[in-house]
Amino acid sequence: MTPDFWPTLFVFVLASLIGLGVIRRVSRLLHTPLMSITNAISAIAVVGSIIVTGSDYPLEIRILGAIALFASMTNIVSGFLITDRMLKMFKTGSKPAGEK
Amino acid sequence: MAMTGVTQFAYLVASVLFIFALHWMNAPATARRGVRAGVAATAIAVVFTWAQPFIIHHWWIVGAIAAGFIVGVPLSMVPLTAVPQRTALSHAFGGAAAGLVGTAEFYLGWQEGPGHLTTFKMVALVLECILGYLTLTGSLMAAGKLQEISWIPQRPVTYPGQNIVNLILLAVAIGLAVAVIINPTAPAAPLWFAIIIGLALLFGFLLIIPIGGADMPTVIAILNAYAGLSAVAMGFALDNRLLITAGALDGSSGLILAIIMCKAMNRSFINVLFGAFGQVQKVIVGGEAKVYKSETVEGAAQVLEQANLVVIIPGYGMAVAQAQHKIRELYDQLKKRGITVKFAIHPVAGRMPGHMNVLLAEADIPYTDLVEMEEINTDMPQADVALVVGANDVVNPAARTDKTSPIYGMPIIDADKARMVFAIKRSKNPGFAGIDNELYFADRTWMLFGDAKAVIGELVKQLASGSGMH
Repeated sequence: MTPDFWPTLFVFVLASLIGLGVIRRVSRLLHTPLMSITNAISAIAVVGSIIVTGSDYPLEIRILGAIALFASMTNIVSGFLITDRMLKMFKTGSKPAGEK
Repeated sequence: MAMTGVTQFAYLVASVLFIFALHWMNAPATARRGVRAGVAATAIAVVFTWAQPFIIHHWWIVGAIAAGFIVGVPLSMVPLTAVPQRTALSHAFGGAAAGLVGTAEFYLGWQEGPGHLTTFKMVALVLECILGYLTLTGSLMAAGKLQEISWIPQRPVTYPGQNIVNLILLAVAIGLAVAVIINPTAPAAPLWFAIIIGLALLFGFLLIIPIGGADMPTVIAILNAYAGLSAVAMGFALDNRLLITAGALDGSSGLILAIIMCKAMNRSFINVLFGAFGQVQKVIVGGEAKVYKSETVEGAAQVLEQANLVVIIPGYGMAVAQAQHKIRELYDQLKKRGITVKFAIHPVAGRMPGHMNVLLAEADIPYTDLVEMEEINTDMPQADVALVVGANDVVNPAARTDKTSPIYGMPIIDADKARMVFAIKRSKNPGFAGIDNELYFADRTWMLFGDAKAVIGELVKQLASGSGMH
């Protein structure tokens, strides 16, 4: 095991627990937008894609990276835009949206 | 390519923002703030990754990002009835990104020779690729089924020994994975790795073909979790904690949604994934001939006018008929008469979690009138009319009473307890699960046959003309 293994595993386990705690409280009304925003968030693979695409690597490696970057970026753009589009539609009867 | 303190700090800020993004999704009033936090976090991650000195091919990055915008913007403008397919498609993109980066990292490490591919890194890369590629093909299949592409069968496809074939494929993949992890620099390692990728692609395909439309909400949630976990594996391989945090958030979201969906159908994960559902029920209950009683639109409108509480129960049929805007008109007509109107939302109504809520919100129905199953069931006996629009299995009382029914034990909306039930149904065929619905034959149930949008449109017309001025 590399020395980085344990701290990394800690981060994973703790982040998962935070995720479970936070997601459990998301309103059922919003489960569809929740799914589209987590789509956009998991497109954080964009970080790995940029490294593979932009570093001084052989051409074929960078081509794989560029396709991955395209795919991640598509998810980021469409995920956040469609989430916001759906959320704009949720209104209460009397009060304007956005009020507590 | 060690990260500097600045980059690490930026990643920490982005991780925190992602957590807040999901935290703010807990209520409609703060949810849009969550989107802004998510956008900020992603922008920070992109800028600080790109700004690192070893990134030199800037035009490649610009090109790929531009292409992402060109495809992403139109994908965000699909009609809301197509959101389940769009979601499945984006899981496929997420899986592909993880798989491709993992593949690139492996071949890069292999070319650079011993020392680059530690056992730890290899385990992470293999997991990343298996999860990524199986999410790619599995999600494409799911998207195809949801889009009802003609050559992809809608009904579950099963064959004898299906699970055994899958298990053998899995065993071969695990065997190769162990070989490539133990000996990553072997001359044959690239070939083994390629075969693992091929098997993962095949496995994703095989995993989805036995699954029917009614199980799609669960399957989409599971694929969501896989996409998240492949990002986590990428984080382990690249030693990047931002990837691990964001991936873990996505993974836990998919997991929780899948659990909610399974509970709402009274089924286990294993049962959804490996116990193909949807064979048409062979048992014919009772001997007496069952007859539908149908009602005219005029009659139904008169009953609705006299009601105090009307509960509308929407299902996937509403989405198919695009009836949500007509339902809004009906809602207005009834509200005008001082009638209370509530919508009863079953967790698995539609093709993805929360599908009905989004469609009704689009039709401008206040979300305060969208009521969850558990809550509305206590009010059902007081309801004068339950109006079922394109829902079927989620209102089938057989789930409570008939132990031989495949949906026995599934929590349902108690439409049958209302004083009167009107069910709008396109045809006399059974629902997606292929099960007869006892509700339709109950004493207090009257059928309105026809396209949901047309029938509700007629109801609105009746109410509008019959009412005079109020």
